[in-house]
Amino acid sequence: MRYTLLLQYPEMTADDLGPEALAEGMRAFDEYAEAFDAAGVLHGAEVLHSSSATTTVRLRDGQLFVQDGPFADTREQLGGIFTVEVDDLDAAIDWAGKAPSVGWGAVEVRPVATRFADGAWSGTAPVR
Amino acid sequence: MSTTEESRAAAERAVRDSYGRLIALLASGTRDLALAEDCLADALERALRTWPDAGVPENPEGWLLTVARNRLRDVLASAARRTNAPLDAAAAARHDGPDLAALAERGETIPDRRLELLFACAHPAIDPGIRTPLMLQAVLGFDAARVAAAFDVEPAAMAQRLVRAKRKIRDAGIPFVLPGRADMPARTSAVLEAIYGAYALDWLDRHDDARTSIADETRWLAVLTATLLGTDPEAWGLAALLTLAQSRAPARSGDPWPPLDEQDTALWDAELIAEGESLLRRAAALARPGAGRPLGRFQLEAAIQSVHCDRRRTGVLARDALLALSRGLVQVAPTRGAVEALAAVEARGGR
Repeated sequence: MRYTLLLQYPEMTADDLGPEALAEGMRAFDEYAEAFDAAGVLHGAEVLHSSSATTTVRLRDGQLFVQDGPFADTREQLGGIFTVEVDDLDAAIDWAGKAPSVGWGAVEVRPVATRFADGAWSGTAPVR
Repeated sequence: MSTTEESRAAAERAVRDSYGRLIALLASGTRDLALAEDCLADALERALRTWPDAGVPENPEGWLLTVARNRLRDVLASAARRTNAPLDAAAAARHDGPDLAALAERGETIPDRRLELLFACAHPAIDPGIRTPLMLQAVLGFDAARVAAAFDVEPAAMAQRLVRAKRKIRDAGIPFVLPGRADMPARTSAVLEAIYGAYALDWLDRHDDARTSIADETRWLAVLTATLLGTDPEAWGLAALLTLAQSRAPARSGDPWPPLDEQDTALWDAELIAEGESLLRRAAALARPGAGRPLGRFQLEAAIQSVHCDRRRTGVLARDALLALSRGLVQVAPTRGAVEALAAVEARGGR
């Protein structure tokens, strides 16, 4: 099964962290991705810019509303996305538990229902 | 008894005796409990239609499994056609698995995957409040209305919560496997609670007819769980509790039942009492008391049962021991039942 690990954690700037913690964090994420890759289960890893760079778009009554900031203004923000292909939820939880940010944030383990690849959708209907 | 009644009785017996076993096998590949239940219901309906003419098969359980699995394959194949989504290879392999139906037809033992099913229902990703109802339904075949009544919830609300939990298992990919050694202790208590819950519900139903009672099945599940867990004292305590309680089943007749300390002890099952005592000794040997930890709830309840059962041997109820254990139980697990039981012991002259 395919799962998307949504890494949510409090955002910190490079100044907040300091050079040592920043380097340590980057090293931890690098090891995490390498371990995924070595296991042959990684199908994508994306670490996002901070939510200060995000823009939210809504269409209401035919009018497009474009607004500064994230969809939900919470203390913890979506910071990274890892997509994995593993046997079951237990395996996905194992990987989630190894995420560098799991100690100061949370990892949401969301099964992928269907995906568009090679010109076609495959998987199961997201609503059934 | 007419042929129709005979076939109905045989089908109902097969389903009651092996409901959880069949559901566990049918659902382990797809992780879809609702679909497994539908397919089993379909097989049962077909049994009731065909057995009156064709006769009851040699192995009703195997027959039901075969028909239900064929139905499952048909449903999956048509679903795959409808959505035009090819089943991935891993899922297809899971659906097939070992040829259990052929095993059953040859009269060989059908593997028992009920424990895997129990652990799937008790998975940490399942809302704790729905784990017990889910197990009672999936493993022991209780319908939503009966579970709802026991938990004092509206039947429609309970049915809805059960549907949601089954969807979670299917869509989240919760596996039907035994937890790894490291996770095993943490995931055991929900399983034990559910088995205890099944026992309590059965008790409340007060079946006079032993065949319609699930107390034996519940006791068996508790012993199996304890055996597989190996070194969990509370699992052995629960097995002892259910075994000792069941030993007095022959004396539980009439309405209302005679109170425990007025029952004719000659009616109690001496073999079950001996087995219960041996299970309790096993729990005690594993519990290593005195390390600052209180005895677990199930061991305390089993010890209380043991005191009652000992009246068969001594002719006297050891009220002081009963009082001490009842007080211990209220401290560890202050449930309404435990508090009422303690009040009753105190009222009857314990000190």
